[in-house]
Amino acid sequence: MSARPGGDENGAVDAGSTRHVARPLGARPLGARPLGGRLGRWLRGGLLVAFLAVLVALPLVAGPFELRLANLVGMYALVVRFGVNPWLSIVAGVLLSLVLAWIIGLVTLRLKGHYLALATLAWGLVITGVLRNWMSVTGGNTGYGSATGNRIPPLSVFGEELRGDRLTFVLVWGCVLVALWMLSNLLGSRVGRAIKSLRTGAIAAASFGVDVQRTKMVTFLIAAALASLAGGLHTYRELFIVPGLAGLNASIDYLIMAVIGGLSSIWGAVAGAGIFVLLKEQLQQVLPRLVGRTGNYEIIAFGFILILVLQYARRGLVPMLDSLLPRLPPRPVKHDAAPLGTRAVDRRTGPLLVLRGVTRSFGGLTAVNDLSFSVERGSVVGLIGPNGAGKTTAFNLITGVLGVDSGTVVFDGVDIGSRPPHRIAALGLARTFQHLNLNPGMSLIENVALGAYARTRSGLLGGLLGLDHAEEESVRAEAVKHLRRVGLTEDPHARADSLPLGKVRLLEVARALMADPVLLLLDEPAAGLRRHEKEDLKALVRRLKADGVTVLLVEHDMDVVMDLVDTVVVMNYGNKLAEGTPAQVRHDPLVIEAYLGREVA
Amino acid sequence: MLDIPLILFFEGLTNGAIYALMALGIVVLYSVTGVINVAQGEFVMLAALSVASLRAGQVPGIVYLVVAGLVLWAVYDVIGKLRHGQPLRALWAGLAPLVAAAAAYLIVVLAARASLPYVAVIVIAILLTTALGPICYRVIIQPLPRASVLVFLIMTIGLHLALTGFGLAFWGPQPYTIPPFQQGGVRFGSVFLDGQDLWLFGVSAVLLAALWYFFSRTLWGKALRAAAVNRLGARLSGISVVRAGSVAFTLSVFLSAVAGVLITPITKMVYDFGFMLGLKGFVGAIIGGLANPAIAVLGALFVGVAEQFSAFYVSSAYKDVLVFLLIIPVLLMRSLKHLDFEEHVE
Repeated sequence: MSARPGGDENGAVDAGSTRHVARPLGARPLGARPLGGRLGRWLRGGLLVAFLAVLVALPLVAGPFELRLANLVGMYALVVRFGVNPWLSIVAGVLLSLVLAWIIGLVTLRLKGHYLALATLAWGLVITGVLRNWMSVTGGNTGYGSATGNRIPPLSVFGEELRGDRLTFVLVWGCVLVALWMLSNLLGSRVGRAIKSLRTGAIAAASFGVDVQRTKMVTFLIAAALASLAGGLHTYRELFIVPGLAGLNASIDYLIMAVIGGLSSIWGAVAGAGIFVLLKEQLQQVLPRLVGRTGNYEIIAFGFILILVLQYARRGLVPMLDSLLPRLPPRPVKHDAAPLGTRAVDRRTGPLLVLRGVTRSFGGLTAVNDLSFSVERGSVVGLIGPNGAGKTTAFNLITGVLGVDSGTVVFDGVDIGSRPPHRIAALGLARTFQHLNLNPGMSLIENVALGAYARTRSGLLGGLLGLDHAEEESVRAEAVKHLRRVGLTEDPHARADSLPLGKVRLLEVARALMADPVLLLLDEPAAGLRRHEKEDLKALVRRLKADGVTVLLVEHDMDVVMDLVDTVVVMNYGNKLAEGTPAQVRHDPLVIEAYLGREVA
Repeated sequence: MLDIPLILFFEGLTNGAIYALMALGIVVLYSVTGVINVAQGEFVMLAALSVASLRAGQVPGIVYLVVAGLVLWAVYDVIGKLRHGQPLRALWAGLAPLVAAAAAYLIVVLAARASLPYVAVIVIAILLTTALGPICYRVIIQPLPRASVLVFLIMTIGLHLALTGFGLAFWGPQPYTIPPFQQGGVRFGSVFLDGQDLWLFGVSAVLLAALWYFFSRTLWGKALRAAAVNRLGARLSGISVVRAGSVAFTLSVFLSAVAGVLITPITKMVYDFGFMLGLKGFVGAIIGGLANPAIAVLGALFVGVAEQFSAFYVSSAYKDVLVFLLIIPVLLMRSLKHLDFEEHVE
């Protein structure tokens, strides 16, 4: 793997570098017979590097795109330089990366997707620049290690040196397997569901109690830790450090791996890394012969691959082959698992949700103006109005997706007007979305399980180590219960995108119910439903009301609204036009004029 | 005797003017199409090295990219029309790009043989590079009308890799230079500006003025701005989003190509130099929020000046580090501005 002299990377060696760097004395197999032949060569060279890369690329699966990961790979370099004990210096490198990632994360993780990517580029260039120029510590472009006359002490166990094949096969592969195991645990856990849902809909995640910023940070820190570990292992395999390991081009390599494999599963990262490394090796042999001059022409091919994969297989190659691959049978649901704790049944009366003088404008447009109404406990309230009346804005103000300009929103005695969505959700408020906001690639059961986020407690460590089995079984059993409750009889392990529209709306309701809500907000649940589906929906809302759930319903379909609700609030141009029982509202001349005239008169 | 800050300031402005052209190209392209073009700087390199090739009597490799791109264009168009069941139109749709490809090839081959005046060589190189604009749009962006900004961003990273690789394959790793447009220079007090600097300022200023006129006074410019604000609305009022995107891409690549022939007489050009220029244009564009051309231009000039001053007073090794640190506070401000809970863009 020659250096790719793109950008400022002249003379740099990327993470895939095996030949370029002088390997000290080669591998001296102690005791074990060396693995020969082509397989041995691959395991030692290509595949090994692929797996090192997997360590770095893996967290890409989980989080938003990160180009700066590779920079953190390089941070170990500073520690190696000062570290006395190699093991300690790997650990210290990981810790240093975590601190650095935390600081960088504080600054940039709030940014939107493409700004995040650009910030990443900037950080990348800054950190690489520092590493490259801090000669006394990193050795600059030439690097630091035996080839430059400095000695990096090898890893050792009980006085025996760990290098060559032993290091490769035992330590590196061990780490990779452990990382794979832990990450696959994580992605199936409570925190993992939150991480996965960030990519398809952060608002949905937040609406069920996920602290989006915190979850992004966790993802980023996991990535940083693994990247730094990979960097440490690479250093002690080569006994050499080059800043290029942390360079922009190395980052782009990881990006290519992630795009090729696809980001929807861990196997995408594994396959992407493997394909990338093997392909790169082949291209580096073939292309210079074609051009007739040495050079890293493989970047042309990878450039085209990046474009073509995004054009024709946006989700990567692994999901494309998904249908061909043998599928593990889904984990059966234990219906006798201990039930999740529920809220105490509330027999109080009086208003549950009170809006007073709520106003919100966007620039010069006042979307909601001085809106006041209340929702009694145990009632079903409809919020109606013509298009653009401000219903959805009102909804977003209640759920915290938008903040109020003035006025108060009080839920169960707590002022929630300026709280973020995840803290409102924790109080017992759950919602569905008008524009469906589910993760199409996850199973029904997983989508519904996200709803229980605020009710459950398993943390990151439990998720990584698979210690959350008891709670997970309860969550899965309850998820199936709610699927049945809303009338979804489909296979709970089917993917969400296999459902027709009407059923997906029910899936949204099931996810909201999973939160064990005190107040359920339904945003146009009948949109796009057929007549008999609407009847089912009405029956469902009546059952929920009987179960003591308070419901606030935004709906266009008069038939649905008027049949279900106890009171109706009518909005027009951001203002409240009328409030009362369906019968009162039906005969309100203002309402008839503004909206209902055509339908009811 | 030497007024060092003043000299640094003018040197900074020289680079800053180049960054400003890049920043402007980035802002125009992004606001019309939603594409953040990481490969913006590669077109600088392609234009500059094409001039070098043509002057040496060689056919610049870029012409093969243009021909291949146009052939691909023809294939896409023919397939598109055939799918709509229009075989006759398919014939025409396929013919036009192929004729253009043949014409481009002939012109360039003849131009390389004839010893044309320098001006003609520059015009041909700029046109050739600019031709890649609509081609890239047609072949890379247009097939994905609804992709997210991030997907486009990653695709242009792919474009950056491919064009850098082609640059290496066509021209090798050695640096090239091209002659300045004019010998000599002018002295302003303690500052000496050579002819190329003046050309650079002059051409940049003319281009900025022309763009301002285009966007604020002409129907086409207004249509582009409309497409930038609201794509659906623009389509409903008869503006073709595809054509707007194609024009924006052409314009932004043109700005890069001009920057290439302006800067190369001063700094030399290597196949991978474009990337850094593009990134510094980005810093300017981001200071302008990727939306405001005027602030982007000022930001880019500021980047150029800040770079010179930090190189002189702090450390030339760390000047890039400092320049890229500039955008962190800008991004930070943006991140603090949005108090509403915003949807994460995949």
